[in-house]
Amino acid sequence: MKLFRLLTGRRSAPLARERLQILLTHERATTGPSGLISALREDILRVIAKHIDVAPEKVEVTVRNGEEVAVLEIDVEIPQSAARGMGRTPGWAVA
Amino acid sequence: MAEVLVVTSGKGGVGKTTSTAALGAALAQSGQNVVVVDFDVGLRNLDLVMGAERRVVYDLINVANGDVKLQQALIRDKRVDTLYLLAASQTRDKDALSEEGVRRCISELRGRFDWVICDSPAGIERGATLAMRFADLAVVVTNPEVSSVRDSDRIIGLLDSKTMKAASGERMEKLLLLTRYDKIRAGRGDMLSIDDVLEILSIPLLGIIPESEEVLRASNVGAPVTIANAQSAPARAYMDAARRLQGESVPMIIPSTRQTLLTRLFGRRAA
Repeated sequence: MKLFRLLTGRRSAPLARERLQILLTHERATTGPSGLISALREDILRVIAKHIDVAPEKVEVTVRNGEEVAVLEIDVEIPQSAARGMGRTPGWAVA
Repeated sequence: MAEVLVVTSGKGGVGKTTSTAALGAALAQSGQNVVVVDFDVGLRNLDLVMGAERRVVYDLINVANGDVKLQQALIRDKRVDTLYLLAASQTRDKDALSEEGVRRCISELRGRFDWVICDSPAGIERGATLAMRFADLAVVVTNPEVSSVRDSDRIIGLLDSKTMKAASGERMEKLLLLTRYDKIRAGRGDMLSIDDVLEILSIPLLGIIPESEEVLRASNVGAPVTIANAQSAPARAYMDAARRLQGESVPMIIPSTRQTLLTRLFGRRAA
């Protein structure tokens, strides 16, 4: 917090703006009127559910609009038990 | 040609009712025929802010259900004779309102008035979606504060999906009314600026209402702020917004209360 204040000169509005921009990018993608994201999410969920028992709320599909390209992000959180069945891959630590 | 306008926000306490009363009165003061309609069934307050709380006999639900004629439920303002109020019911709940009843009521109001201004309840439930359902135009009331901006963003999404206009493939027009704005705090970087909010919500700006104690004073005496103190900063801001609604191009300046050395030293209230 001290560092933040030093960097911003105690101004809190820039932080408010940044937090809102990040949050709303996410919320627009999940609750927005554009049916594409929710349709994609449902299809992805159905494919994963064929192989892994995954909770629907653990699948996140968002679109991040960058300056040149937009990035489709798919974030799936799977239970440890299912991860074990996948074997080890580099950089993936399974307890 | 009547214009049906919904004043909405998602979040409560940002100034929907104050803005409905002030915009309605400002339009009526410029000679337009205006009705303000309270959709907050069970928690009505527009009657109180308009100073008509003791004159309510019939309400929106009575009209929507066809129990009484519209004429019997309309309350004419005692100060501006082209301004009318249709109150909400205080004893019923929002389920008492049917979509078909609201549709009939709004279409009858369209035939009688130039402006039908619907004061939406807070939230995104039935009351709020019914208030916006038949509107041509939405005024999204937002405070320069994170939770209000987030809720406004959500409401903009609903306006683009739940209104009749959106459902029939038309573009729903949405305008931002930024309320409780404090120029000094925004300038210091302690409050989201106008540009911040506009960039995040990306809808056109209808007006900027400065934070002012005149708003509370007006509600204390039961008058829209444009009637209670027409010279005050918020009243002038609402009048400018009302002129923009009528298609005039009015420069976007934020009216301010004059601060002289004397008022700074001896009191916070500058007239």
